[in-house]
Amino acid sequence: MTDNSARNDAVPRESLHEWLMSDRPRSRRQASFGRAYGAWRTFSRNRLAILGLLIVIGLVLTAVFANVLAPYSPYIGDLRTTRLLPPSAAHWFGTDDQGRDILSRIIFGSRITLFVVILVAILAAPIGLAVGTVAGYAGGLLDAALMRITDIFLAFPRLILALAFVAALGPGIENAVLAIAITSWPPYARIARAETLTIRRTDYIAAVQLIGASPWRIVWRHIMPLCLSSVIVRVTLDMAGIILTAAGLGFLGLGAQPPMPEWGAMIANGRLYVLDQWWVAAAPGAAIFVVSLAFNLLGDGMRDALDPKAAK
Amino acid sequence: MDPGPPQRDPIPADVRGDLRLLRASNVLGRFLVVILLTYVGLLAVTFFIGRVIPIDPVLAIVGDRAPEHVVARVREELGLNKPLWEQFYIYVSKVLQGDFGTSVLTSNPVMQDIRRAFPATFELATLGIVIGAGIGVPLGVWAAVRRGGVVDQVVRVMGLIGYSIPIFWLGLMALVVFYARLGWVAGPGRIDVVYEYTLVSVTGLLLLDTARAGEWQAFANAMSHLILPASLLGYFSLAYISRMTRSFMLNELAQEYVVAARAKGLSETRIIWRHALRNAMVPLVTVIALSYGGLLEGSVLTETVFAWPGLGLYLTNSLQNADMNAVLGATIVVGSIFIGLNLLADLLYQTLDPRTRAIKRAR
Amino acid sequence: MSLEASPSPAPMLVVDDLRVSFPNRDGGRTEAVRGVSFTLGRERLGIVGESGSGKTQTGRAILGLTAPEGRVSARRLAFNDVDLLHCTPRQRRELRGGRIAMVLQDPKFSLNPVMCIGDQIVETLRAHTRLAAREARARAIAALRSVQIDNPERVYKLYPHEVSGGMGQRAMIAMMLIANPDLLIADEPTSALDVTVQLQVLAVLDALVVRRGMGLIFVSHDLRLVSSFCDRILVMYAGRVVEEVSARGLAEARHPYTRGLLNCLPKLGANRHPLPTLDRRPEWAL
Repeated sequence: MTDNSARNDAVPRESLHEWLMSDRPRSRRQASFGRAYGAWRTFSRNRLAILGLLIVIGLVLTAVFANVLAPYSPYIGDLRTTRLLPPSAAHWFGTDDQGRDILSRIIFGSRITLFVVILVAILAAPIGLAVGTVAGYAGGLLDAALMRITDIFLAFPRLILALAFVAALGPGIENAVLAIAITSWPPYARIARAETLTIRRTDYIAAVQLIGASPWRIVWRHIMPLCLSSVIVRVTLDMAGIILTAAGLGFLGLGAQPPMPEWGAMIANGRLYVLDQWWVAAAPGAAIFVVSLAFNLLGDGMRDALDPKAAK
Repeated sequence: MDPGPPQRDPIPADVRGDLRLLRASNVLGRFLVVILLTYVGLLAVTFFIGRVIPIDPVLAIVGDRAPEHVVARVREELGLNKPLWEQFYIYVSKVLQGDFGTSVLTSNPVMQDIRRAFPATFELATLGIVIGAGIGVPLGVWAAVRRGGVVDQVVRVMGLIGYSIPIFWLGLMALVVFYARLGWVAGPGRIDVVYEYTLVSVTGLLLLDTARAGEWQAFANAMSHLILPASLLGYFSLAYISRMTRSFMLNELAQEYVVAARAKGLSETRIIWRHALRNAMVPLVTVIALSYGGLLEGSVLTETVFAWPGLGLYLTNSLQNADMNAVLGATIVVGSIFIGLNLLADLLYQTLDPRTRAIKRAR
Repeated sequence: MSLEASPSPAPMLVVDDLRVSFPNRDGGRTEAVRGVSFTLGRERLGIVGESGSGKTQTGRAILGLTAPEGRVSARRLAFNDVDLLHCTPRQRRELRGGRIAMVLQDPKFSLNPVMCIGDQIVETLRAHTRLAAREARARAIAALRSVQIDNPERVYKLYPHEVSGGMGQRAMIAMMLIANPDLLIADEPTSALDVTVQLQVLAVLDALVVRRGMGLIFVSHDLRLVSSFCDRILVMYAGRVVEEVSARGLAEARHPYTRGLLNCLPKLGANRHPLPTLDRRPEWAL
């Protein structure tokens, strides 16, 4: 920092922590890193949010290392010897009606869950962000038209609209993802539009307009990044709902088709035996619950860290 | 703000009356236009799903095992050779007359099937919302007043669980515990077979019908079947409503008028219920109305688990049998109810909040 | 300690070393009021200070309206020999509105938006007296008339957002004084109003206080207003009373902060370059 040799020993060097927490950042990079660091500190003080984060990381690791972690094959079972066995040391969650180890199926099923969540987020969030920012910035007729369309989608309960789409597209995991994504983007559009409306009237947007930037550039480079954090928080909070909707579709036989170990379909399978062999349906449901809970905790923590005014 | 002596009324009374009428009809007119547009959009989406997405919409409707003359007739009915918007127009006019086409599965008009299935869902969802709001609102108030206390934590936890747990799985587990193991409630279905054929169904709502006929054993039986699925739905709406109530109440309790009310020397009870809750009710009834819609969605999966012969089960059955007309018909009905609920929520908001009602005086 | 002899033998309100603290973001506590002491008889006391000086919190602490996370302590806090710190909550509640009243700043926010004005006035009355509904309504209308509202029956039925700021503030005054309290704490009662309306509302307040012989604590940031309205003035800064003067002796105030405030008051016809500012010395905040 200072290299005036006469004062060197009197002024201590700034630690990384102090550099990040300084309220007089000397560069844009320092400011944005500092903000992220501040948000991380608030986030990490929330123990439940950290728990959620750990579980989500666990989900990702389980999906990636499924081959290594699963004790048995998720597809092959011995109908003679291992059918409908209760939980034991050999099979922690028991076996299902086709003799397959449930724990292994759950481990491999985490891949499907992750696949659905990531794909829906990648599809729905950009659409919602784009529609919302364009509508909010353009205003007038375009805004009204886009919001009408958004409201129409919001007028449907999500599961039912997804069901209708799957009915038309046919069952299968890709169609399920598509159907869920189509029904998920409207709330993000609403949020992005609300943020855009507040940002639109600020002085710095006026300044950029005065310089002569085109509307597309303004929306893309200035407005969208500012809406990004709210949309990301909302997407994370929504992920539990996406998982539950996907599980619901799977339960109805409309998601991943057998023999894929999708958790919702496993519950449907277990339903036939639930009165006596309750474990076939119990474990996959518990898995869905834990993962959804983790995303909810994570999303709550992110929201509290990024927008303290929304914290209860 | 206002200059000069403000006491005299700048707008004479009769003009104010006319202005109010004009303003109200303007608002109502705008409302109707919005509702209409949304409804048309709803129909457009279902039209799109039914006609545009499938490669052969006729096959989607009649299935691939239908005889040739049926396929030809349906193709004629749908007018598939006509331009798309003419098809849409025919479609809309049919829907508005309540004609959703014929179900492949039952060979009945879809509307008839839906009409028969609807009361079961209505009974379930209504009991669910009564549980949800009846317990959820007081719980939320308590959580807000004793912030950080036990009830507050309970509300938070219940909310978290409610947002994370699959409803069909919880229902299944509840059946195992309360029906199979403990025997406290009856199993799937609306009523035991014993009563099913002796009951004269008037409204389709079993609780009402059995009570009117004085068949108290049948009533108890129907209740025992209803209680578990209704509690399941009730739990989910309770989790949501109590959290929202808590949130709104915390917001109101931080307002200045609460400080003023305390300064007046009012009792805490009065402040909570007559001041804070009364203000929180304004957004809260909207939440409750929308939650009712959410219960309709939840009932799709719940009815499957409990073999409850309502709209949800009808929808999923039709789906699994690729009965397109039935699926779309049920979707339209549920979507219409949703729109109706949104409208109701808006109207309630306007009624309860005097700030949105009155004309502002000339300032 | 007061500079003039109090008009009545025993002071109505005694505040001795009042302290109010709130939790802050780093986990410690910040003191908003740090040892304020004064007594009050049936006179008018003005408390002047900038935002953050602790003047509002002082008023609220007297009434027991401090937010739940705040902590109030004092060597003595008494109203007419009732120990405000150690009395029961029920006694405290009876005092509020009945013996000590508070008028808040902005009627847009301090009146309940979903209740009509008349009902809110009646509510105060029925909290402190036993009256039939019709009698209470009649008294509420009389109260509205006493604050110079010309058509009280009509205003009774209006909602707070349907009246102007000045009328709303007058309605609030009627609402708070209807149970005949002995002491009124007015927390920036005219700060949210236009200047012309301010004078009207102050006139109404003045008339009522004189007519009923009430004590008044007038909290404001406006030194000139307070000096014209009150008998004595307390100047607060950073939670402490830095000076106590009589209104007439204001020009001879000695504390540099008060002198700074006086210096900053605009003077018509004076040519002041550069504009005087407050020179806040860190020792005042100790």
